[in-house]
Amino acid sequence: MKIGYYPGCSLTGTGKEYDLSLRKILQKLDVELEELNDWSCCGATSAHATNHLMSIALPAINLSIAESQRIKELFAPCAACYNRMVVAKQELDTNPPLAKQVEEIIERTVNYSTEIINIVELFQKIGAEKISELKTTSLSGIKAACYYGCLLVRPFDITHFDDAEQPSTMEEIIKATGAEAVEWNYKMECCGGAHSIAHKEIVVELSKKILDDAKLHSADVVVVACPMCHSNLDMRQRSMKNHTEIPVLYLSEFIGLALGVSPKELGVDLHFVSAEPLLDKVGKSS
Amino acid sequence: MRIGVFICHCGENIGRTVDCAAVAESCGRFPGVAYSIDNKYMCSDPGQNVVKNAIREKNLDAVVVGSCSPHMHEKTFRKACADAGLNPYLFEMANLREHCSWVHEDRIEATKKAIELTRIAVEKVKRNDPLSPIRVPVTKRSLVIGGGISGIQAALDIANAGFEVVLVEKEPSIGGHMSQLSETFPTLDCSQCILTPRMVEVYQHPKIKLLTYSEVENVEGFIGNFKVTVRKKARSIDETKCNGCGNCQQKCPIKKKAYSEFEENLAFRPAIYVPFPQAVPNIPVIDRSVCTYYQTGKCQMCVKVCGREAIMFNQEDSFVTEDVGSIIVATGYKLYTIDKKPDESAIKGYGEYGYGKYKDVVDGLQFERIASASGPTSGEILRPSDKTVPKKIVFIQCVGSRDEAKGFSYCSKICCMYTAKHAMLYKHKVHEGEAYVFYMDIRAGGKGYDEFVRRAIEEDHVKYIRGRVSRIYEENGKYIVKGEDTLSNMPVTIDADMVVLATAMIAQPNAPKLAQTIGMSYDKYGFYNEAHPKLRPVEVSTAGVFLAGACQAPKDIPESVAMASAAASKSLVLFGSDFLEREPTIAKVNESVCAGCFYCQKVCAYNAIEKKEIKDRNGNVVKVIAYVNSGLCQGCGTCNAVCPSKSVELIGFNDEQIYAEINAL
Repeated sequence: MKIGYYPGCSLTGTGKEYDLSLRKILQKLDVELEELNDWSCCGATSAHATNHLMSIALPAINLSIAESQRIKELFAPCAACYNRMVVAKQELDTNPPLAKQVEEIIERTVNYSTEIINIVELFQKIGAEKISELKTTSLSGIKAACYYGCLLVRPFDITHFDDAEQPSTMEEIIKATGAEAVEWNYKMECCGGAHSIAHKEIVVELSKKILDDAKLHSADVVVVACPMCHSNLDMRQRSMKNHTEIPVLYLSEFIGLALGVSPKELGVDLHFVSAEPLLDKVGKSS
Repeated sequence: MRIGVFICHCGENIGRTVDCAAVAESCGRFPGVAYSIDNKYMCSDPGQNVVKNAIREKNLDAVVVGSCSPHMHEKTFRKACADAGLNPYLFEMANLREHCSWVHEDRIEATKKAIELTRIAVEKVKRNDPLSPIRVPVTKRSLVIGGGISGIQAALDIANAGFEVVLVEKEPSIGGHMSQLSETFPTLDCSQCILTPRMVEVYQHPKIKLLTYSEVENVEGFIGNFKVTVRKKARSIDETKCNGCGNCQQKCPIKKKAYSEFEENLAFRPAIYVPFPQAVPNIPVIDRSVCTYYQTGKCQMCVKVCGREAIMFNQEDSFVTEDVGSIIVATGYKLYTIDKKPDESAIKGYGEYGYGKYKDVVDGLQFERIASASGPTSGEILRPSDKTVPKKIVFIQCVGSRDEAKGFSYCSKICCMYTAKHAMLYKHKVHEGEAYVFYMDIRAGGKGYDEFVRRAIEEDHVKYIRGRVSRIYEENGKYIVKGEDTLSNMPVTIDADMVVLATAMIAQPNAPKLAQTIGMSYDKYGFYNEAHPKLRPVEVSTAGVFLAGACQAPKDIPESVAMASAAASKSLVLFGSDFLEREPTIAKVNESVCAGCFYCQKVCAYNAIEKKEIKDRNGNVVKVIAYVNSGLCQGCGTCNAVCPSKSVELIGFNDEQIYAEINAL
């Protein structure tokens, strides 16, 4: 399977290990990534908080590049990038005057023929069977709390993916590794998102609630699908009072462990919170 | 021919834009027109007399009136013609108002058009045949489908007027949802106390034939002459022998295998059971899916304890045929069950409320049972999970209603009231308890309704929060309800002991099937469509069929009862005469040219096309052709339009008449 790849800014910076682990495991799963040439920023929160037109035009550039590379399916691992792209695609597809205006601004044409997929959808396409087939290390005994955050499945009218309030697709994939996906209450609560920069205290409070609930439901690890969520849940643990640390892994890293990739190659050692207790449990101490 | 043309001014309505005198004068020169005149108000008594006198004095053999729409006054002028001795179908109307004066401004052009329209009518009337109304005999007997409060009311009204009623109920007992309710708003009188006497009255009424545990299988015929087949499902009990002693229920070893439907899954029932102690009739049924005898061939405990040898394990479904003149459909509603049964694919959403997952998140009917003196807790408000008294209950309105994204766009209408009632009942029983209600709007239109809600808020201190709930989850034994107070723009978190969801009222799942059996239309939600939303609210488009209660749309008890009485009186109107007179303008098949392709049958919306065998003198079938049932045909003309061999004629609108109209243009 060959698929278009839009890493987005985070995966070249704070979420480097997300990119690392993805490339590693997708190679094992026979998925070839074709990165977009000269891609630009998706606009993220900043663009749509500043200027609506800009928030649509920026993803439109990338949609157009994907089309020029004849990419049918474009994989955006970052939940924010994914969300911005599906929002822009839907708006442009249903609003021809806006589409015309955007095409003039970006000086490119867009046909909206590319399908945007997120990481969970990608693993659904690969299939849980294939993951269990290639699994070398069973993660049985590990209890994982799957955290979706705000942007992966919402708004449903745009993402058309899973259930907007009670999603369960990530759990299905986790089960293929042999691990147990715990039932918990905070998988859809907000981590604080980009407030991390200006209002750290909000993020510390919100993220702590999420992690506390995961621990309450006896999770060993929180599995995420968004670099923003990851940095909040991982980095901010040190600022939390009366807090016992719990490792936070990307979905790709977690699957990587089951596929027998070394934690170092997956970038697990790059996190703020050590995953050692988890890795000990897996029996693969780095 | 001697045709009379009468042009109406309709006061200023036509006269302002059309030169009526000029129209009358022009029409006077059409071939066949013997008399032509204009008048200020043709529909007035003097106006009608102009027509009547002209028919007699000028010896007219056809009449054309150029005035308003036939919807308005066709009947008036037909009657005037008939009064003067002219066949009323030798009359045509030209619509000079809606089709001309009201929609044009240029007086000269409008006058020209009025002349054209009248010419069309004149050419049509030349080709009209004298017709007489169709007379259909009436069977003065009614079928009522559904034994809830609506069906009970309709059946009693008709029976008390002296006519026979067949009441069909699919459950083992009549009573419907009302029998499950604790108290009723806005008076808080006990639901069973006011309902059960009615149920008994039905059972004992000499004019009512009660068929419980039965379903309508097939309906044939037409207004005044329906033939209905009813399937009597096998109770596995000989109804003539059983005296309702209840021994079999007590001794049945199946104790915790089947949930009680009546108790909304909050309690168990045996395999042989009556739904509730006051059931009518007080005769049990055997649930074969859980009964040990049907599963393993052993047990027969009920047979041993029955002193009347009433158990019939080998009983089979039987069928009865009933002749009736009218049908009242009162099949009621269901409650939206949100994930209670995940296999019902149509029902999705609200998983975040944890219904089905958390035992203490219940729906409105379940709370009715919890609050009911005859319920599983004998009326004590207790949590289903651990039977403790909840100190804090959150009630959530509009779960599934007014929510296009996840549920249905309509308002279920009764939830504002019953939620206020629930909160009130709770506060009356648990004085120190806290009750919260999340609402979108409070819709309390009705006599004493708003006062009732105010009472809940002001006297019983129920806390109303305007906003929606995003999710409910369990934490340390509490149900954490997260919502929003949209009046203060603040998020709200309540740690409740119990949650009651006012889920939407939905149509019965098999409503479309029954609609197809009877020939009714239904909306996209499965609620039956009335013939006219304002002026014919209890009739359906099929003549002789009437609606009562929540099968038409969500409604409360007083409305259902009023509608049931209305449907009953519509039936009684029908029974007021021995024969029905129907318009003769219906379809007719030319039997010599019909090829029997039955395209007409496929397109007929009224099931009026039947098959007829043409036999030779030896009795051999020569061909099968279409035949129009004059009792069902509504004269819409669809069959006429699709017939490839032009074998269907619409009487009063045949091809010759239509072509003459077109040629007259």
